[in-house]
Amino acid sequence: MEQLIIPAIIAIVVAFFSVYGLTPFVIRALEKRNITVVDANKKEKTMVARPGGLSIIVGIESSLIILYVFFPISEILAVILTTFFAFIVGLIDDRKTMGGWFKPLALAFCAAPILLLGAYDSNLSFPLFGSVSIPLLYMALVVFMIPIMGNTINSIDVLNGVASGFTTIASFALSISLFILQNYEVGIICLCLSFASLAFYKYHKFPSKVFPGDSGAITFGAAYGAIAIVGGVEVIAAIAILPAIINSFLFLSSVKKIVEHREIKNPTSHTDDWKLKTTSENHAPITLVRLLIAKKPLSEKQIGIEIFKLAIFSGILAIITAFMMGVNF
Amino acid sequence: MSLPIFSFIFAMWILIIIGGGLMVVFVGPLSFSGYGDFDPLINSGAKVLIAMILIFIWVFALLKIKNWIFRKIANT
Repeated sequence: MEQLIIPAIIAIVVAFFSVYGLTPFVIRALEKRNITVVDANKKEKTMVARPGGLSIIVGIESSLIILYVFFPISEILAVILTTFFAFIVGLIDDRKTMGGWFKPLALAFCAAPILLLGAYDSNLSFPLFGSVSIPLLYMALVVFMIPIMGNTINSIDVLNGVASGFTTIASFALSISLFILQNYEVGIICLCLSFASLAFYKYHKFPSKVFPGDSGAITFGAAYGAIAIVGGVEVIAAIAILPAIINSFLFLSSVKKIVEHREIKNPTSHTDDWKLKTTSENHAPITLVRLLIAKKPLSEKQIGIEIFKLAIFSGILAIITAFMMGVNF
Repeated sequence: MSLPIFSFIFAMWILIIIGGGLMVVFVGPLSFSGYGDFDPLINSGAKVLIAMILIFIWVFALLKIKNWIFRKIANT
């Protein structure tokens, strides 16, 4: 345990400050090249740099490479490679709008390093009841986990600061859970993700100076999914992001097919004082945001705070679940 | 304000724990033998089938809870 402290501190500092320091340069470079998009929820036409995924991937990868130098274990290498491949998929999607099926399929291939390096345990652990060995089924779970996590975080990236803030809360909860389960190395990997997303949140929070784009949001999701697999905490990881899962669940149960998010009708519109209200459009999908504003219109900042409250609640449930993992009937 | 959504998250959490329990208690110990080299394939196939049925029941239960929450929000 003691020998982990110094490498952990170095990796965390690198994760945080590389994103914190690099993001302003990325913003300036994007603005200089006019790679910006309209912030749809601002009254005045505001252009925001997008995508900021480059600084996120640099922060995560540099910290994990440092960690890998200290501890050359396959789990770290698997997270490094999976996250990088997922970033490339997101970057392609940022540059060129691909079909709804492109991302899930391409992200499924990103799970290959985890399988090839054997950085997983085919026992699926559940709270209170123990674990179940499902070798073949687990391989399918590994392949599905990265697209599901990547798209789940990407689908919640709808308002200023939500994707990065949500990832920060969920990954901190997952880190605490991993430490409770005494899986320290993977806990430190997860802390690197937490601090990288926290640093990005500084620029992504309301009012955003940069959007993560598909490359950033998918990088967050894929890193989170890969950590869940190599740490053997798939169930806890899913619990920590339940609000985002609900968002995807509501969306899929209303749209009933997988579509590229740019193809769908906006489920919200604006009031005169520029708060978000639910749309009267019948065919617009049901989402978490639409559910939050079903009763009364809320400002973008208020909705973000509501989503963070839900994320904290799920994070607490995830930590309780980690404690329950140690109890077997 | 978002109390129904907190309830939804809590219900999902309970369903995950119950579903996990069913997986461990019933699906985990399942073992078929007597098919020679096909034993692992048949075992995995049966587990996949049961897991799919459990997921279907889980999603069905969630849809019911979601509809109940929507009705509750609409009525207030």
